[in-house]
Amino acid sequence: MKEDLSTATRPLVELRGISKRYGDLLANDGIDIAIRPGEIHALLGENGAGKSTLVKIMYGVVEPTAGEILWEGRPVAIASPVQARDLGIGMVFQHFSLFDELTVAENIAVALSDTWTLSAVRAKLGDISRNYGLALEADRAVWTLSAGERQRIEIVRCLLQEPRLLILDEPTSVLTPQEAEHLFVTLDKLSAEGVSILYISHKLEEVRRLCQTATILRAGKVVASIDPRQRSAREIAALMVGAEVGDVRSTAPHVPKGEMLQVNSLSLPADSVHGLALKDIDLVARAGEVVGIAGVAGNGQSELFAALSGERVAASNAAIVIAGRPCGLAGIDARRRLGAAFVPEERLGHAAAPTHSLSENTLISHAAAEVSRSGFILLRAARRFARSIIESFDVRMSGPDPQARKLSGGNLQKFVIGREMIRRPAVLVVDQPTWGVDAGAARLIRQAIVDLATAGSAVIVISQDLDELFEIADRMSVIHQGHLSPLKPISAWTRESVGLEMLGVAGSSHEAAHAH
Amino acid sequence: MTTFEAILLTIVTASTPLLIASLGELVAERSGVLNLGVEGMMAMGAACSFAAAVTFNSTAIGVGAGVLAGAVMAALFALVVLGFAANQVGSGLAVTIFGLGLSGLIGAPFVGARRDPVAPLHLPGLTDLPVIGRLFFGQDLFVYGSLVLTLAVALYLNRTRAGLILRSIGENHASAHGLGLPVLKTRFLAILFGGACAGLAGAYLSLVYTRFWSPGMTAGRGWIALALVVFAAWRPKWVLIGAYVFGAATVLQLHAQAAQFGVPSQLLSAVPYLATILALLLLSLRHGRAIGTPGSLGVPFVPDR
Repeated sequence: MKEDLSTATRPLVELRGISKRYGDLLANDGIDIAIRPGEIHALLGENGAGKSTLVKIMYGVVEPTAGEILWEGRPVAIASPVQARDLGIGMVFQHFSLFDELTVAENIAVALSDTWTLSAVRAKLGDISRNYGLALEADRAVWTLSAGERQRIEIVRCLLQEPRLLILDEPTSVLTPQEAEHLFVTLDKLSAEGVSILYISHKLEEVRRLCQTATILRAGKVVASIDPRQRSAREIAALMVGAEVGDVRSTAPHVPKGEMLQVNSLSLPADSVHGLALKDIDLVARAGEVVGIAGVAGNGQSELFAALSGERVAASNAAIVIAGRPCGLAGIDARRRLGAAFVPEERLGHAAAPTHSLSENTLISHAAAEVSRSGFILLRAARRFARSIIESFDVRMSGPDPQARKLSGGNLQKFVIGREMIRRPAVLVVDQPTWGVDAGAARLIRQAIVDLATAGSAVIVISQDLDELFEIADRMSVIHQGHLSPLKPISAWTRESVGLEMLGVAGSSHEAAHAH
Repeated sequence: MTTFEAILLTIVTASTPLLIASLGELVAERSGVLNLGVEGMMAMGAACSFAAAVTFNSTAIGVGAGVLAGAVMAALFALVVLGFAANQVGSGLAVTIFGLGLSGLIGAPFVGARRDPVAPLHLPGLTDLPVIGRLFFGQDLFVYGSLVLTLAVALYLNRTRAGLILRSIGENHASAHGLGLPVLKTRFLAILFGGACAGLAGAYLSLVYTRFWSPGMTAGRGWIALALVVFAAWRPKWVLIGAYVFGAATVLQLHAQAAQFGVPSQLLSAVPYLATILALLLLSLRHGRAIGTPGSLGVPFVPDR
């Protein structure tokens, strides 16, 4: 089905036999891709399939080991991002390439050629903002902006260079549904103007909504090139993973019992200039249910996690009650002894020590009693413990006991979640359980969360992935600017109502919920 | 000349080398490089400038040699921290130790030699004004140069494209590289500038401040310059204020010691440090979010290719 579409025009850019070798690893293996003018082309694949390497090659950040790039039919060497930009390639990075301390205008000016003055940037910013509905204030410092606004800067920065090919790496992972829809409108408009777009995403529904062609990578190779509008998300996922990806199922319906975790009017001041204050948070998680906390990044999720885990203690003991015991003033270890377990968002450096082996990493959480005695580490017990986590959670790695940083994101995430789950905690708090994790690992983790609740634990999942919460949560609340919306059964939420709470414009619903 | 006037003049002399060295370090740090070799580069500047000035009987050649010596030491530091992406703290300390030792060796034949004072500016009429004449219109060129340098660094950082690129690189070198900005080249030049400034500050010490050479004569001023950059929250204007507060406190406490107020001299010796911290603390309190630590400061950059 690709053929009949592509006969019309010559491709804008064509990759032929692109390979990239890192030591023993072949990150890209003979990749062929052609992108036509005005086409929105999806690049799909699991983590480690080679997507990032490929776009880095196209943007001149990484040099290919073999293969050639044709730009409008002519072979070109893209040796640096400057050359890529001169050709007309713009890129919006997944992790924003912005400078927090600089202003919006400065952030844009620094990426442009030296013919642009700051005042020219300010003027043009106004035009672009109007034409594409990308509102930005030129003189605001970037650190004061939301993720959606930051992404707008990246996009505007690219658009000012009038690109012919725009590469977007997971652009919607930080956006509310409304912001994402806004982005799609902008992209459709650009596409209609003849700009080609290479769109990288994990979210298959988006790809089906937006893209005309999808190239699917697996283990560095192209495994399929399809029209995503003609395939179901399930079919596409199967192509990405190389096997059927099942749904998350609960073996028994969740029947919530006693309250395992209570948060009572918890307020915490911001701990830094970049931080956010938590305002009067009330939350209850019962044994046998999954409670979801939705929200756009930077609305107090990490603060809430720190308050629940005890990394930051509350002002009073009564603010947090775990298994009936007030513990607002207790630290993280004391809360673990009450039967709670915690998995923070950041895998490397927060949940696991990057340069320590997996067995040493079992010591980080409350495994002390099992793997140490009178202050000495029981190495053999630690290894055995690590092995049991690795086996039950299907952690794949090279070598018997590698350093945590050597694992891929998905495998390390399975390990750190497994480490907490294997002891069957009465309360589990997870922040972003499947962030940057591929479909197969994400399914396994979500299934494990649902199973843990079925077995009688209270699970709190803080996530920015709405699909995930709709799949696994029994009740859900939305966090916005450090304020938590009332907890409602998942069936009472729609994507629209969640989106409104995320934007903080659903103020009236608070009163409504308090009324009954 | 009144005592008061004399005190004001010595304050300027004490502050100028700190200001020059701090400005150089500020530029290096804004590009993301922590250069702990300032003290060593300053010592080399002092020794080489004095040796060259005595040998050729020329202050200008002396100053040139001092600047060059600082820049050469900086190039060595840059090779290690940029070329080999070595740890900046360890490399900087090594440069300081090396510079202090080598400066002693270079300066050894010149111990005991003396230079004549550098001629200050003289504008007929203006310089002869009472009290303020000598202070404002009778300084040497280094003093005026250091003030022009402060303004130039401030304008460069905040008003030019090159300065914006330098700040971006110091803020986030990975993003800057992703945008195609020349991380290593910019940092190399920033380190060279820092070294040249340290060398110039050293030249000022041996050619103007003391007018002789003795080993270890920098006496920790390189470290003070480093501390000033941090306390000044990486802002040229505040570095200027900090350098002069420190210089003033140093001179005043010496006079206080001489006057024998009955306060222990050790306590008085601590006054410049306390006064500088206090002054810059007050400045940063007024500015709320003042801490402008460059995001990539001290982190080695290894391009991913």
